[in-house]
Amino acid sequence: MEHRDLSVRGVGAWTVDNVLRLGYAARFIARTIAASGTSLARPRLVIRELYYTGVLSLIIILVSGLFVGMVLGFQGYHTLQTYGSESALGVLVALSLVRELGPVVSALLFASRAGSAMTAEIGLMKATEQLSAMEMMAVDPIARVVAPRFWAGFISMPLLAAMFSAMGVFGGYLVGVVLIGVDEGSFWSQMQSAVDFRNDIVNGIIKSVVFGFAVTWIALFEGYDAPPTAEGVSGATTRTVVTSSLAILALDFLLTALMFQGV
Amino acid sequence: MQRATLDLWVGIFVIAGIAALLVLALKVGGMSGIGVGDTYLLVAQFDNIGGLKTRAPVKSAGVVVGRVASIQFDNERFVASVTMNIGKDYKFPKDTSASILTSGLLGEQYIGLEGGGDTANLSAGERIKQTQSAVVLERLIGQFLYSKAAEGGDKK
Repeated sequence: MEHRDLSVRGVGAWTVDNVLRLGYAARFIARTIAASGTSLARPRLVIRELYYTGVLSLIIILVSGLFVGMVLGFQGYHTLQTYGSESALGVLVALSLVRELGPVVSALLFASRAGSAMTAEIGLMKATEQLSAMEMMAVDPIARVVAPRFWAGFISMPLLAAMFSAMGVFGGYLVGVVLIGVDEGSFWSQMQSAVDFRNDIVNGIIKSVVFGFAVTWIALFEGYDAPPTAEGVSGATTRTVVTSSLAILALDFLLTALMFQGV
Repeated sequence: MQRATLDLWVGIFVIAGIAALLVLALKVGGMSGIGVGDTYLLVAQFDNIGGLKTRAPVKSAGVVVGRVASIQFDNERFVASVTMNIGKDYKFPKDTSASILTSGLLGEQYIGLEGGGDTANLSAGERIKQTQSAVVLERLIGQFLYSKAAEGGDKK
């Protein structure tokens, strides 16, 4: 981080800079969405990006989901056993995954796996003047480069979060039922009677859609706005991970508070 | 990467994602019933089933022999009619009794079957005649208080 001037003038300049940047980011996302026609007309562009953001993130999402679920199985069993209600293990694992851990942890992993790659790629394209070259050839780089990546991230995030949760429930089942020996029927039946489709699963999906939007937005904007130097791209990549992680956590709090009142 | 391979992987990715959503909706959210091997049905009627849920275990001598398939309210006799899926390998005599028990103080409820001495076995779809309802804690406390009060009255 660069040195910050803490005088009144410095704080003022910093605030104005950031508000300016936020305005630019808003204009950027509006332009991206407006330029999505190319992605619709040429779905192959989106499919290619789906491979890089979605398919290549599969391993880390599936493995982390499995391990988070297995740890939840152990820890949940340890706590529930004190009250003689081990049979509620399924409820604990499923609710914590579907409502919170699934969307949040998979979004954090997505930001560091796919978001940082997006920023670095677009930042380097800018640094090597590929984006300017496209403009010279009358190709809009936002329509050709940015929009397909945006839609790919937007589509793959909820799918990855669903896979994370499903894998986590399976991990909890492995540890709880197969390893420790909680009754299989009560594991599933209590889970099924406690987990509500509308209030738990759909809300989890809404969260992951919002996170997908935020993470891809931040990653693409940081890449597009990166200073065209090696240092600039590396700084932009770091900022992507830090800003999107903070955004995910803040948005999660907001969404949970909203949904909590709704229930 | 070749076009076809790329398409294949993205296709697998999307299918896996949708499959995960379906698993969440059906298996975790409980929008379907899951079969349990080869079974036959038995029916038992209880005055009160307490907190019994579908898919709760049916045990005999502590061994899980089946699962609760469905719970309905009998409109004519005002009792709960519980249908159970019992494993094909387990046979119970005609005078078997069914009771709703709780595992532990706060645990889940299950159905306990206790075999009688009859030589003929229950066949599929038959009703278990002797049943015992779930113990409702509030009622138990009420009875206890009444009996205490009655004792106090006697002493005077």
